[in-house]
Amino acid sequence: MDLTPTADEERLRAEARAWLRAHVPAAPLPSLETAEGFAAHRAWEAELAAARWSVVSWPERYGGRDADVFGWLAFEEEYYAAGAPGRVSQNGIHLLAPTLLAHGTEEQRARVLPPMAAGETVWAQAWSEPEAGSDLASLTSRAVRTDGGWLLSGQKTWSSRAAFADRAFGIFRTDPAPVAGGRPHRGLTYLMFDLRAPGVTVRPIGRLDGKPAFAELFLDEVFVPDADVIGEPGQGWEIAMSATGDERGLTLRSPGRFLAAADRLVRLWRTHGDPADSALRDRVADAVIGARAYRLFTAAAASRSAAGAELGAGSSLTKVFWSRLDLALHETALDLLGPEGELADSAWAEGHVFSLAGPIYAGTNEIQRDIIAERLLGLPKGRR
Amino acid sequence: MRFLPTDEQRAFARSLDAMLTAAGTPPAARAWAAGDPGPGLALWRRLGEAGVFALAVPEAYGGLGPRPVELAHAFVEAGRHAVPGPLVETVAAAALLAGLAERGGTGPANRFLPALASGGTTASLVLTGDGLALDPDVADVLFVVAGDELRIAPGHTGIRVSADPVRRLARPAPGGEPLATGPAVPASAARARRWALLATAAQSLGVGLALLGRTVAYAKQRTQFGAPIGSFQAVKHRLADTLLGLEFARPLLFGAALTFEEGDLAAAKAACGEAAHAAARTALRVHGAVGYTEEFDLSLWLRKARPLRDAWGTPSWCRARVLAELTATAGSRGTG
Ligand SMILES: Cc1cc2nc3c(=O)[nH]c(=O)nc-3n(C[C@H](O)[C@H](O)[C@H](O)COP(=O)(O)OP(=O)(O)OC[C@H]3O[C@@H](n4cnc5c(N)ncnc54)[C@H](O)[C@@H]3O)c2cc1C
Repeated sequence: MDLTPTADEERLRAEARAWLRAHVPAAPLPSLETAEGFAAHRAWEAELAAARWSVVSWPERYGGRDADVFGWLAFEEEYYAAGAPGRVSQNGIHLLAPTLLAHGTEEQRARVLPPMAAGETVWAQAWSEPEAGSDLASLTSRAVRTDGGWLLSGQKTWSSRAAFADRAFGIFRTDPAPVAGGRPHRGLTYLMFDLRAPGVTVRPIGRLDGKPAFAELFLDEVFVPDADVIGEPGQGWEIAMSATGDERGLTLRSPGRFLAAADRLVRLWRTHGDPADSALRDRVADAVIGARAYRLFTAAAASRSAAGAELGAGSSLTKVFWSRLDLALHETALDLLGPEGELADSAWAEGHVFSLAGPIYAGTNEIQRDIIAERLLGLPKGRR
Repeated sequence: MRFLPTDEQRAFARSLDAMLTAAGTPPAARAWAAGDPGPGLALWRRLGEAGVFALAVPEAYGGLGPRPVELAHAFVEAGRHAVPGPLVETVAAAALLAGLAERGGTGPANRFLPALASGGTTASLVLTGDGLALDPDVADVLFVVAGDELRIAPGHTGIRVSADPVRRLARPAPGGEPLATGPAVPASAARARRWALLATAAQSLGVGLALLGRTVAYAKQRTQFGAPIGSFQAVKHRLADTLLGLEFARPLLFGAALTFEEGDLAAAKAACGEAAHAAARTALRVHGAVGYTEEFDLSLWLRKARPLRDAWGTPSWCRARVLAELTATAGSRGTG
């Protein structure tokens, strides 16, 4: 049992630190949930990609550095410690890319991954529907066979960054029969489509602070060529689920984010904290302890996965933990700011609004607790 | 980096678990509470033979240490099996004497360490002059640090009842044989505290794991409204949260065993203590009234969770240490 980094990790870390020090924008970019900020973040992705920092864990031929998970974790720590911008391409990089690497064709990888790494194509996840949220398998949007491909119709919603994104990936019902038969997971197909294709209407939705952070998609016979089907038709559910482990588990929220945020919180506490307020002090300490716990938990999970183990339902533990930690961190920061916390244009306020969604997206924490109880503790399935 | 137990560490923990399971610890704990330490001391000897106390003692004095990671594994098992006695205090006393020896005071180390390492001697320890000592009536020796003096207490006040009747508490009597004085004493006491934080955190984690395991088993088997109560979502979610607390405390414990820095140890202590305390509340609730009874064995762990959370550093003290450590290192790390 040890925590000593390898020479390779140290080299990657040092190189990343030097590059980030020279390149991270001095002033924060505008919020990526606005048109202006989205453009600025796209440019930042291009700059990262040019220096091969946008996807360090990918194979070199797609623009990565072939780093293993420990190298990636080290990079992420440096990235967030340097105060670098949030990642506008994260849905593509963390959700679609692992799926393509595992289930896509070589043609798809070569075509899709490099422009994704460079921020030229920003991807949106089109899974949720108005009537299919937690019960995702009940989705009703369809893909109907046509010459050389499929025609998509239906409605998707809550698609993050779809207001400005270029393309989307999602699951669609290709065999409607199973709905009646009560096996909703069958007959679903995983497809990629163009958000600017004929038949697509994108309606931006303002989140709590009014920024158009997600969108509704109305699809009316949108053509998708066979080349954009991921895996086999009918296998959409299995393929999509293999990616949710990544979303909740290791990759979507790296410990680096929380370590950096806890560091900023401690600085805020030193300037704004009332030394007599031990209750608030304890919450600051808990955020530090939580970030540290998350880092070490991740190191253990990464070690297990490097030894060949599957993360499996363990990623549900991770998801509940980071979403609660993020919320606690930001609530504590706002409490330290006092009445100033009300101001909406600070980084803490922006982060707070985002953290409020953590227990909802990537599968709500209630659903994750069911998974933990049934698959990790072996409790009997019950009425949902 | 391979932040996972080695095969040897796993095997060590498994062998302790098997030994303690076979020994059947609950009767020993109950006897201890009733003033009969015989069965508990028999367990103690077996832990000593397995090398548990040697882990905090340097090889020069008949020990195997220092080996904090292995010690953490051992104390998780001690907690899981509710082993009675001043286990933590004995380990901390050994660390104190080893610290003195390192600073030139080898007399007390020569006199006590070999027997502490083998499990032949039990010790209790108070680092704050008139603090409460655990099990001083059973311990062979009661060490007391007051300021820069270390002495052996000549006796103690009457035993007071703890919230956990297996923990028997009293204050050391004044006076007694002085063993060491000078700046080496507080420095060694600080080291003793680190071992105490580690061992108590590990014991807490073990207590929490035992509570969760027993509660999950009960929830699968107890039926109400025609279904196992573990199929009800309100029950499931409480148990899921309990697992979450324990599983995120565990890496803090082993991370702290590796760095052995006070801030990390305090973080581990706070997290393990809080997680076990929360596990106790959930265990009690999910068991219903039967959990509220003394005769049901669950009570052994239920009543231990909170005292362990507060012993050797309350959660608030631990949190203050975490931040103090950050402040202390901020300049050198340059993180401001
Ligand atoms: C900021 C944000 C970004 C998002 N981005 C995307 C995206 O990019 N792409 C995408 O496809 N989706 C996205 N989503 C949607 C997200 O995945 C869903 O909101 C989520 O799965 C919950 O679905 P729902 O909103 O329909 O809530 P519902 O499923 O209606 O749930 C409402 C409440 O009921 C609870 N509940 C439901 N079922 C159960 C049950 N069985 N047991 C206990 N409680 C239950 C839920 O936990 C929740 O508290 C995003 C959401 C947010 C907030």
